[in-house]
Amino acid sequence: MDSHRQAVDRLRSAFHSGVTLPEKFRRTQLTNLMSMIKENEEQILTALHKDLGKPKFEAILSEIDIVLNELHYAISNLTSWMQPEYVSKNLATKLDDCSVRREPFGVVLIIGAWNYPLQLLTLPMVGAIAAGNCVVIKPSEVSAATDSLIAELIPKYLSQDCYAVVRGGAEETKALLQIRFDHIFYTGSQSVARSIMQAASVHLTPVTLELGGKCPGLIYGRINITAAARRLVWAKFFNAGQSCVAPDYLLCTAATRDALLPALSQALEDFYGKEPQKSPDMSRIVSLRHWSRLIELLGKTSGKVVVGGERDQEDKYIAPTVVVDVAEDDVLMKEEIFGPILPIITVESVEKGIDFVNRKEKPLALYVFSDESSVVKTVLEKTSSGGFCSNDGIVHMTLPTLPFGGVGASGWGSYHGRWGFETFSHRRACMLRGWALERLNGLRYPPYSEDKLSWLRWTTSPKSCTLM
Amino acid sequence: MSREQLAVQRARKSFHTGKTKPLEHRIHQLRSLLRFVHERQKEIADAVKKDLGKSEYATELFETIGLEGEINLALENLAEWAAPRPVEKNLLTILDEVYIQPEPLGVVLIIGAWNYPWAVTLQPLIGAIAAGNAAVIKPSEISSHSAKLMEELLPQYLDKDLYPVVTGGVSETQELLKQRFDHIFYTGNSTVGKLVMEAAARHLTPVTLELGGKSPCYIDKDCDITVACRRITWGKFVNVGQTCIAPDYILCEASIQSRVVEEIKKCIKEFYTDNPKTFEDYGRMVNQRHLKRVVALMEGSTIAVGGEVDESQCYIAPTVLKDVTGESKLMQEEIFGPLLPIITVSGVDEAIEFINDREKPLVIYVFADNNKLIKRVIAETSSGALLANDCLVHFTVSALPFGGVGNSGMGCYHGRHSFDRLSHLRSCLIKQLKMEGVNSMRYPPHTAKKMSWARFFLLKQFNVSRMRHLALLAMLAGLAAFVVQRFLR
Repeated sequence: MDSHRQAVDRLRSAFHSGVTLPEKFRRTQLTNLMSMIKENEEQILTALHKDLGKPKFEAILSEIDIVLNELHYAISNLTSWMQPEYVSKNLATKLDDCSVRREPFGVVLIIGAWNYPLQLLTLPMVGAIAAGNCVVIKPSEVSAATDSLIAELIPKYLSQDCYAVVRGGAEETKALLQIRFDHIFYTGSQSVARSIMQAASVHLTPVTLELGGKCPGLIYGRINITAAARRLVWAKFFNAGQSCVAPDYLLCTAATRDALLPALSQALEDFYGKEPQKSPDMSRIVSLRHWSRLIELLGKTSGKVVVGGERDQEDKYIAPTVVVDVAEDDVLMKEEIFGPILPIITVESVEKGIDFVNRKEKPLALYVFSDESSVVKTVLEKTSSGGFCSNDGIVHMTLPTLPFGGVGASGWGSYHGRWGFETFSHRRACMLRGWALERLNGLRYPPYSEDKLSWLRWTTSPKSCTLM
Repeated sequence: MSREQLAVQRARKSFHTGKTKPLEHRIHQLRSLLRFVHERQKEIADAVKKDLGKSEYATELFETIGLEGEINLALENLAEWAAPRPVEKNLLTILDEVYIQPEPLGVVLIIGAWNYPWAVTLQPLIGAIAAGNAAVIKPSEISSHSAKLMEELLPQYLDKDLYPVVTGGVSETQELLKQRFDHIFYTGNSTVGKLVMEAAARHLTPVTLELGGKSPCYIDKDCDITVACRRITWGKFVNVGQTCIAPDYILCEASIQSRVVEEIKKCIKEFYTDNPKTFEDYGRMVNQRHLKRVVALMEGSTIAVGGEVDESQCYIAPTVLKDVTGESKLMQEEIFGPLLPIITVSGVDEAIEFINDREKPLVIYVFADNNKLIKRVIAETSSGALLANDCLVHFTVSALPFGGVGNSGMGCYHGRHSFDRLSHLRSCLIKQLKMEGVNSMRYPPHTAKKMSWARFFLLKQFNVSRMRHLALLAMLAGLAAFVVQRFLR
C-alpha cells in the first residue's frame, strides 16, 4: 500500500525534525485530543451505538470518561514523567552524573480493537503521544462507524504531520506490517498477535500485545451472595460480555451455584428488567459473524441453559445467559467466549478450583469472590494472571496507577497512566564522567596486577558508597 | 524426546512444585552461585584463557567481579524487590488494597554469548533466580571450554532440575527454541536476534535481546585528547575489541586525526608493550573464522598503527586505521575486533548526521569538555546508552538499565532491572463485598441523574494522598448513604 508507506515516511520525517520532543508540543496534542472527545461526544456515542448497540451510559463510562481521565492524568503528570531519573552510583562513579532519560522510539503503530473501539485506540495513543512519538493509528474495521469517525476527527485535531489514521481490513493490515515501525501496540486475539510478532521480528521491533483469554471467576467460602451476584452480572454483561476482562466462566461448589443462580436472576432483572432486549442498557453483539459464533456455542454445549438463551438475529441480540453443568472439555470452555454467556462449572473446593485454573493458559484477569480473606490470598498466591481483583470485576483496570496488561498467552507489556508513557519510551542510560581523577582510572589499565585488582573491587562495589 | 525437551520439561515440572517462590530458596541458590564464582575462580580463568587468551586478572576484572557485585546486590535487596508495591488509589478504592505484586514468569531460556562467556550468561541468571524462575542455560559453544566447565560445575552448586545447562551448537539451540518458554533472554548479534524473536512469536513468548551494532565515539577537538585517547584505547582493546559496547569507530575533525593516532599509539605501547603478541594481558580472537572476518575488513583502508596478524595464534595487533570512509568495508558491520577506524567529520553536526544515518547503536561515546555539546548529542541521537568522556564503565552501575534500542536490542537488565524484566508485575485490587451501595451508581438502569453523579464520582481523579484519610472516609460514607437514599428507595 503506497499510501501507507507515504504516511509512515511523512511521520518519520516529522519525527526526525524533532517537533514532537518539546513538552509543549505533546501537551498541546493531548489537550487537542481531549477537545476532540469533548466536542464530539454526541457523534461518538452515536457511532458506538451503531457499531455495538452500546448504551449511552456504558459508552460514557468506558469510552469517553475513562479516556478523558487518562488524558487529564497524562497532562497533569507529563512534566514529571519527562524528567531524567538520577540513580545511585558506586564509589568509582560517585563524581559522575548518572541518569536515565525517557526518549521516544520514533514512529509507532497502534492497532485498535472493535469491542471498545475508542478506548482501546486512544488510551495507548495517550501514552505514545506523551512519550513524544509519532503515531500511525489503525482502528478496527469491524466497528465500522467508529472507524469512520476516528478517521474524520483525528486529522482535524491532531498534527497531520505526526499522527496518521490508516484504515483497512486484514489485507491492508498485513501490508502495513511489512513497514518498519519502532514499536507496535496491538490489542486483539492471540492468533493475530503471533503474526504481528513475527512481522515485528523482521525489523526487531518491540511489541506490546494486549490479548485475552478466559478470565475465571472463583467463588468460595463465606460470601455475601447478593453483592457478589450484582457485581458479577455488571462485569459479565457490560458490553454484552464483549470485554477482554469480563469474567468468562465461574467456578464454585454446587451449593454456591444453587444460591448464586436466583441472585444472578434477580440482579439481571434489577438491571435490565424482565425483557433485556427492550432495555436501553443492554448492548448488542458487534457483527452477525460473532453472533452466529455465540449461537453455535449455545447449540453445541452439553450444559443446561438456566437463564436467558433468547436471541434475535436481525437485532444481533443475545439475552444474558447462564449455563450450568458445564464440563471442563465443553465447547464453551474451548476459547474465550466474548459474549453474554456465563458458564458455571462446579468444582468442590477452592484448591481444585485453583488446579483447574492452572491447567489453562494464564488469563488477562482473575477474579475471586469471597468474604474470607484467606481464600482470596490462597488464590492470589497460587495462580498467575495479568491482573487480579477480588470481589468485583473489571474495575481494577480503571485505576491509572495499576499497569494493565497480560502475561503468557494473555499478553506482553502493559499500559495505562505512567505505564503507557514508559511502554512507549526508551529508557536511555546516560553517564557523564569528569576529566579529573585519571590517576584513579589507572587502576584498570593493563598491565594488570593483584593490587590494582583489589582496589578496583573495593571502589566498584555498591557497598563502598555507604562509607562516604 | 530430545535432550532439550527433557531439560525444559523437568525445569517446568520443578517450577510447578512452587519451590522457587519462597525467598529463602532464591537466596540459597544465589549464595551457592556466589560460592561457585569464588571457589572456581581458577578453573573459570583457565577456561577463559583457553577460549580467548585472556589473562587471569582480566577475567576477574571483566567477568567475575561484576557477577559477585550483582549477586550481592540481589541478596541485599531481594526482599524489597519481591515485596508488594502499593500504588496511589482513587476515591472509590480508598478502602481497598491496591498494589503491584511481582511474580515469577516460569521457565526462562538464557542464551549466552562467547565474548564474556561467564558474565553475559550468568548475569541474566542472577535476575532469573532472584525473580523466582527456573532457567535453562545455553552457553555459547564458541567459547567451548567455558561452556564445558559450566555444564560440568554449575549442577554441583545449583538445583539441577531448575537450572539445567544445555550445551550444543546451532541445531541444539534451534531445538531449544522450538520449546515453549515464559521468557527468552538472548545476547548476541542482530541476525540471530531476529530468528530468536521469530521463534518466540510462535508461543507468544516475550524476549529480551541484548544485541550489538557499531558504537560510535566522537572526539571533540577541544577536549583533553591525551586522557580521551587513554580511555578509548582501554575501552577498545579490552578483550581484543570483542565487546558489545566497545567503541567501534572514531569520529573526529581532520585537524586532530594525527594527534589522536599518536596518542592511541602511545597508549597501546603503555598498556600492551611493544610486542602485544607476547604480552600476557593482551588476548586473542576467539577463533579462525572471526579472525579471518576481521582481517578482511581492513581491505581498502589505510593502517596507521599495528596491522600485524598471526593466523596460527588467532592474533591481530591493536590496529588503528585513518581516513576511513563511510562506505569502507570496516563500516559495513560491527567490527568486534581490535581495529579502530577513524572517520573525519567537519564537526559535531556532521558527526550527529553520520550517526543518525545508521542503526541505533548499543552505546554512543562522546568525548568533550563542553557540556552543551554533550547535551546536544544526547538530544539529537538515540542509542541504548550514552557515556560521555569514558568507555564501558556505564556497564558497572547496576542502577543504570543496560540494553539497546532499535537494532541494538529490546529490554534491559542489571541490578533491579533484571529482577523486574524477568518478573510479571501483577496488578492487584483487593476489594470487600461491603459498601455495595456505592457500586449502585454504576449499575443499570441508567437515568440522567444517576449518570451525572456517576460521572462525577466514578472516574474522577482525586489526589487522595493529599487529603486526610478521615475526611475522605467521612465523605465516602456520606456519599454511600446519599446514594442509597436517592437511588435505591
